[in-house]
Amino acid sequence: MEQVLELKHIHYAYHTLEGETPALTDISFALNKGEFVSIVGPSGCGKSTLLSLISGLLEPEKGLIKINGKYLKESTTNVGYMLQHDELFEWRTIYSNVILGLEVQHMLTARTRQRAHDLLDLYGLRHFETSRPSELSGGMRQRAALIRTLVLEPELLLLDEPFSALDYQTRLTVGDDIGQIIRKEGKSALLVTHDLSEAISLADRVIILSGRPASIKQTIPLIFNLAEDTPLNRRNAPEFKTYFNLIWKELNTDE
Amino acid sequence: MNNLSKGQQQYLLKHRKHKRIVRISRILILLSFLFIWEFTANVGIIDSFIFSSPSKIALCFFGMLMDKSIFLHLGVTLYETILSFLLVIAISILVAVALWFSQKLSEILDPYLVVLNSLPKSALAPLLIVWLGATKTTIIVAGMSVAIFGSILSLYTSFTTVDPGKIKLIYTLGGSKFHALSKVVLPSSIPAIISNMKVNIGLCLVGVIIGEFLAARDGLGYLIIYSSQVFR
Repeated sequence: MEQVLELKHIHYAYHTLEGETPALTDISFALNKGEFVSIVGPSGCGKSTLLSLISGLLEPEKGLIKINGKYLKESTTNVGYMLQHDELFEWRTIYSNVILGLEVQHMLTARTRQRAHDLLDLYGLRHFETSRPSELSGGMRQRAALIRTLVLEPELLLLDEPFSALDYQTRLTVGDDIGQIIRKEGKSALLVTHDLSEAISLADRVIILSGRPASIKQTIPLIFNLAEDTPLNRRNAPEFKTYFNLIWKELNTDE
Repeated sequence: MNNLSKGQQQYLLKHRKHKRIVRISRILILLSFLFIWEFTANVGIIDSFIFSSPSKIALCFFGMLMDKSIFLHLGVTLYETILSFLLVIAISILVAVALWFSQKLSEILDPYLVVLNSLPKSALAPLLIVWLGATKTTIIVAGMSVAIFGSILSLYTSFTTVDPGKIKLIYTLGGSKFHALSKVVLPSSIPAIISNMKVNIGLCLVGVIIGEFLAARDGLGYLIIYSSQVFR
């Protein structure tokens, strides 16, 4: 299997004048092409830090990160990053919010513009292209945020609790929705969440982190026997509960 | 328009009544102020030589309209105020951007900006005349000096309070600090820039009038000083 992402012995610590707070110790894992992996862990354990490292916003103190077999610094692969909040700009229309990444990376061409229109059309936002973000529902905003990431044609998607700001009902439908969009586009994705059922409903594999400083406790592959493997169907499958209890127990045991 | 419900009609009526009361009260306050002023001056409760009266002011203004001298003074003050206002806006945005770009620079300059902002600028105006001469430049600099430091400080503050999540978004999309400035910081600071401009136009006028008190042969400030000295 081709590996999109590879992390080897990553260490990271935050520094303040009061002292040093180790956040990650010796994190190693790999992500195969087209695979969807969830990372769960107690809150504040450094899950988001991990995504910041992979996207290059932070630099690891020790260890190496490879994307598509190249070191992060030399890599030209686009990595999409979806944040906790949609961060759509109120002073831009939905369409110009969606092309923000293209503008920033100087990739605005007739072809990429067309792709932005196509994606908006495909995911039901065509009639909202000229609307302001405040006119959209929470779920639609999150979809617009995903399209903003997808127009850059990333091979790897990083999702940092992208549904946590939504209410429960929207969260289930948007999670289902976005999970299927990502599958359909054939992207590899890394989801960070503290919501176990979200992690199980979306991923092929769940990585469990320990409390701060985080290290990998266990990796659990998820196998569902479903005719139609969607996040919502998974929630009703008998395996769901088994996995939930397994991960729950793992999270709550201290070595 | 007949298909409005009774509740909606009542609401609209109430809204209109509210607007009417506000408008009429405003005009009433102005008229009664002018009336009391005029009345007390005429009856002799206040000394019209010191306090003047609305009718005298109107007559004087009319006289100056006739000999066109008011246009010269108004024009000069307006020109100086607008020029110093535009310079203040341009310079303070540039400086605030520079401070935003460099955390070090802003920390180094912070105490100086606070001190410069709290200097009594009107007391410095005589010095400006000595340095720059009794010219229009002096007056424009005087106008700028009143507004510029406060303007830099408030713009910089609004730049630094931009939502960090939005700036992070720019970096996750592969943008640079320059992109963060042009795509996030400046657009989201437009309301702050506009309110800053509203304050500055007033401050510039104050500064220009102070400058004209001391160093001008025309303009409203000169007119005020001249008039107060000849008791008109």
